[in-house]
Amino acid sequence: MAILVDSNTRVLVQGITGRDGSFHTRQMLDYGTTVVAGVTPGKGGQEVHGVPVFNTVRQAVEATVPNVSFITVPARLNATDAILEAADAGVPLIICISEHIPVLDMVKTYARVQDSGSRLIGPNCPGVITPGQAKVGIMPGFIHQPGHVGIVSRSGTLTYEAVHAISQQGLGQSTAVGIGGDPIIGTSFVDVLRLFQDDPDTHGIVLIGEIGGSDEETAAAFIREHVTKPVVGFIAGQTAPPGKRMGHAGAIISGGTGTAAEKIAALSAAGARMANSPAQIAALMQEALANAERGTGNAK
Amino acid sequence: MIKAQVHSGGRGKAGGIRLAKSPEEAERLAGQILGMDIHDRRSSGWISAATHQVLVALGVAIAREYYLGAILDRDQRGVTLMGSAEGGVEIEEVAREAPEIIKVEADPLLGLQDYEARELAFGLGLEATQVNDFVAIVKGLYRAFVGEDGSLAEINPLIQTDDGRWLALDSKMVLDDSALARHPGVENLRDPDEENATEMEARAAGLAFVKLDGDIGCMVNSAGLSMATMDAIKNAGGAPANFLDVGGGATAAQVLGLRLILTDPHVKAILFNIFGGIARRRDRAGHRRRPRPDRRHGAASWSLRLLGTNQEEGAHPAGIRASNLITAETLDEAAEKVVAASRGAAVS
Repeated sequence: MAILVDSNTRVLVQGITGRDGSFHTRQMLDYGTTVVAGVTPGKGGQEVHGVPVFNTVRQAVEATVPNVSFITVPARLNATDAILEAADAGVPLIICISEHIPVLDMVKTYARVQDSGSRLIGPNCPGVITPGQAKVGIMPGFIHQPGHVGIVSRSGTLTYEAVHAISQQGLGQSTAVGIGGDPIIGTSFVDVLRLFQDDPDTHGIVLIGEIGGSDEETAAAFIREHVTKPVVGFIAGQTAPPGKRMGHAGAIISGGTGTAAEKIAALSAAGARMANSPAQIAALMQEALANAERGTGNAK
Repeated sequence: MIKAQVHSGGRGKAGGIRLAKSPEEAERLAGQILGMDIHDRRSSGWISAATHQVLVALGVAIAREYYLGAILDRDQRGVTLMGSAEGGVEIEEVAREAPEIIKVEADPLLGLQDYEARELAFGLGLEATQVNDFVAIVKGLYRAFVGEDGSLAEINPLIQTDDGRWLALDSKMVLDDSALARHPGVENLRDPDEENATEMEARAAGLAFVKLDGDIGCMVNSAGLSMATMDAIKNAGGAPANFLDVGGGATAAQVLGLRLILTDPHVKAILFNIFGGIARRRDRAGHRRRPRPDRRHGAASWSLRLLGTNQEEGAHPAGIRASNLITAETLDEAAEKVVAASRGAAVS
């Protein structure tokens, strides 16, 4: 099982002839991901690393039947147009790594994608990997190990930190999902928590949040009500000064909402074990899984 | 009215907004306000600067004060319009003390509709005779917000005078950095006196850099990891000197990032934390074009941690051969070592 991507995943790469598109297509193929097609308008008929390129997503869908679109189109070349094209062609899962998309463009794009029935992950995210089955993203594949810990994170490199630590601990990952650091993203913590809770292959869940917004608080409420699996959490930005944007557009705190302290308190109250640093995540998860297996202590 | 013109909230409380009853008094009060530093750290971050401009405006007889704002609402994934009858106070305080805030969500695809603006007007308890004018103001604010790619647009206070006129006495807008390219004129509105010079230089190079008041420089290749690195330094008893996300590529920008850290006289040690997927062969850390550390700061210790794609190449950076380079396997270990090094301890 696992969630979102697996050995049946057939990837379409939008922007495949670009620098990042071509590079990551190579990396995904090397990992063993099935990449069936690419799209770059005007470059139909070419091949990139043996993958056929089409002019439109609709043509690619008709010819190769992908079930995931991986969008590497830069924001300045209209990444939201690429998202809408994938949704309109009926691709069920759209993973967009593009950063710096104007946020009001995402407001409209999100609303339209919701209506289409497709699921969007990102933008400004590292993608999704199910170790040993499929990597649809820009994460370094070699740090991952197949296993039973689900990881969901707003930050790319912090996902890698958690994955690395979990692998070093001898635990592996069922699926690792980077949901993206922007203020408006297609898939939230709660959406992914729900998938992990329903996935028999996932025995424990790592949630990595950061300052800004209230997604972590919403996730905490969901965990309290609906998640029976152990959850380990980490929140970045405890030392961030208020009112300042810390790289991710989403990570801006103002007034009394969105601080690390509030998020940590909410998740702790919901039963999650909170790590003080990424390095502690793995040990806390091991302990939580052992407790859950013995049926002792707090399962979460 | 004499009003300090600074990028900060809480001006009234800090004495930056005063009422003068004569031209002479206006001159005297303006003289007092000019030169004052009235930046509120909570709303302006780490800027501290003297006030160098005041606005002189006609005082009016205020019958009612309102707050009106348009904000990018992450939870609703749309634009939310907010109104409150407690104008003149910061909306965060209103939310804390008396959460009488009326909110309506603008249609994400069609934009703000008249009925949505009317819901706000009636929700605030406006009289039927006031509603049409108010709706026009709400729609105008929304148009400005969307037209300029805002993430926040506030009129506070929006007042109604004794004789029924509406006036916007103060306003504030925050624009979306990612959309600046389609508003070329906006860049000219930057006020260099209200921004940190180092942050401006970094922004021009496409770097996310925030100056902090500690003594340990941080050079990290992502936003989340940079925040976690700052946290780890704090947990190890140190204080970060900056937030810096050098991103996954562009060597030239990384070089600038390093220079910004090295030219900070407070920096005693630097923690490099590079973990990535996008590093290609030519992007390895410490590539030849790395600048020589400035002699004045030659004592800075360098703590290095680098993992990821092409890890082997990255782990042997061509340029970093300094004898005071310390390596670490985990972030916590790197943080402990860099804090020790910053205090002059011998670390290996």
